[in-house]
Amino acid sequence: MMPTNSPKVIPAASAHKKSVCKDDLRIDAAAETERICAKIRAFMVKVKRRGAVIGLSGGIDSSVTAALCAKSLGRERVLGILMPERHSSCETTALGQCLANHLGIEAQLHEISAVLEAAGCYQMQNSAVKSAIPSYIPGSPFKIVLPAQGGYKLFSLVAQLPDGKIIKTRMNHEAYLQLVAATNFKQRVRKMIEYCHADRLNYAVAGSPNRLEYDQGFFVKNGDGSADIKPIAHLYKTQVYQLAEYLGVPEEIRSRPPTTDTYPMEQSQEEFYFSLSYQKMDLCLFAKNNGLSHESVCEATGLSPKESEDVFKDIDVKRGTTRYLHLGPELTGDVPEIQSEI
Amino acid sequence: MIENTPEVKTAVIEFINRNFLMGTSQIKYEENDSLLEKGIVDSTGVLEMVSFIQDRFAVIVEDSELVPENLDSVSNIAAFVARKQQLQRL
Repeated sequence: MMPTNSPKVIPAASAHKKSVCKDDLRIDAAAETERICAKIRAFMVKVKRRGAVIGLSGGIDSSVTAALCAKSLGRERVLGILMPERHSSCETTALGQCLANHLGIEAQLHEISAVLEAAGCYQMQNSAVKSAIPSYIPGSPFKIVLPAQGGYKLFSLVAQLPDGKIIKTRMNHEAYLQLVAATNFKQRVRKMIEYCHADRLNYAVAGSPNRLEYDQGFFVKNGDGSADIKPIAHLYKTQVYQLAEYLGVPEEIRSRPPTTDTYPMEQSQEEFYFSLSYQKMDLCLFAKNNGLSHESVCEATGLSPKESEDVFKDIDVKRGTTRYLHLGPELTGDVPEIQSEI
Repeated sequence: MIENTPEVKTAVIEFINRNFLMGTSQIKYEENDSLLEKGIVDSTGVLEMVSFIQDRFAVIVEDSELVPENLDSVSNIAAFVARKQQLQRL
């Protein structure tokens, strides 16, 4: 039988469904793990690399990616790197180390605050926040959030003042772009460190976006979006959790709510990017990808027909607006000798 | 400065052509076309358009007014600016 590039989905009860349910996302975790592991090994042979480097965030995606690499290549061929900075949650390092201990892989700690300080990341962030909220005191918590629904999906800035008061305001495009640019330093510095170790060890870098993130452009170009192999980019987040359970990823990691761990104020992925929980987003994306109507998700997600229609539209908008993130550099003339090899 | 709708439309079209289309005619659009659906603006582009409207027409765009009905086509923008300027005259 020819190998496929898709996980073996366990069919839900009825074949011609008009609505989706969470069982539609069930996969054969054992078979999928074996398939991915074979792909990882084949890739390493093809690119002549001897192992994998993975940035460990203590989250589900990097943990499953590391577990797959360890199972595929052997624990001695996987290096996990913990790269917290001053805004990281204290759980980040502890859970990353917990995962490394569990898998028996080597883990190295690189605290990246000094690099970010030297690069001007924090100063740029503070000046962007202060331009939108003049009473903001540098060092106080802040984050950016999306509206839950309705209108344009434009970020608002939320900051806490020293007296505890929370201020939420709109940013103009200069402040918004500066804040995003400064914050993206974090993902790019981490990737620079991962590639340093990959070069040192003749390893490849394994990235850990799941399907929602990969499809919807929830990554930083040349930051966490950069990698040599992305073992779980085709899997819905619900399926990543299934693999996590199968692979024995520690319970404290599997039960941790998804977080961006990027801004100094606690922030969920819903308010930062997706506007919905990953369980609901998975079902919407799955339905859309399988040609089902937006009404097909209403029962399972609790969304109204209007809300599900908006989510389906937003999926297309995000695909369009983040297409640039997936593109390689544009050449203005042909180089056929090289392009034919890519 | 108070301007009539045709003047607003002309200024908006000039801004779109210069700022988003870089002077190219790569994307064709009509006054009623959705700028988002045409791929002319993204969320950052909406913010740029808001800054342009506020600076050029001296109106304040409130958070509640950040909706496609006000900002997603040349016609919608012109009508929105006209409404805002009328309110400011009162």
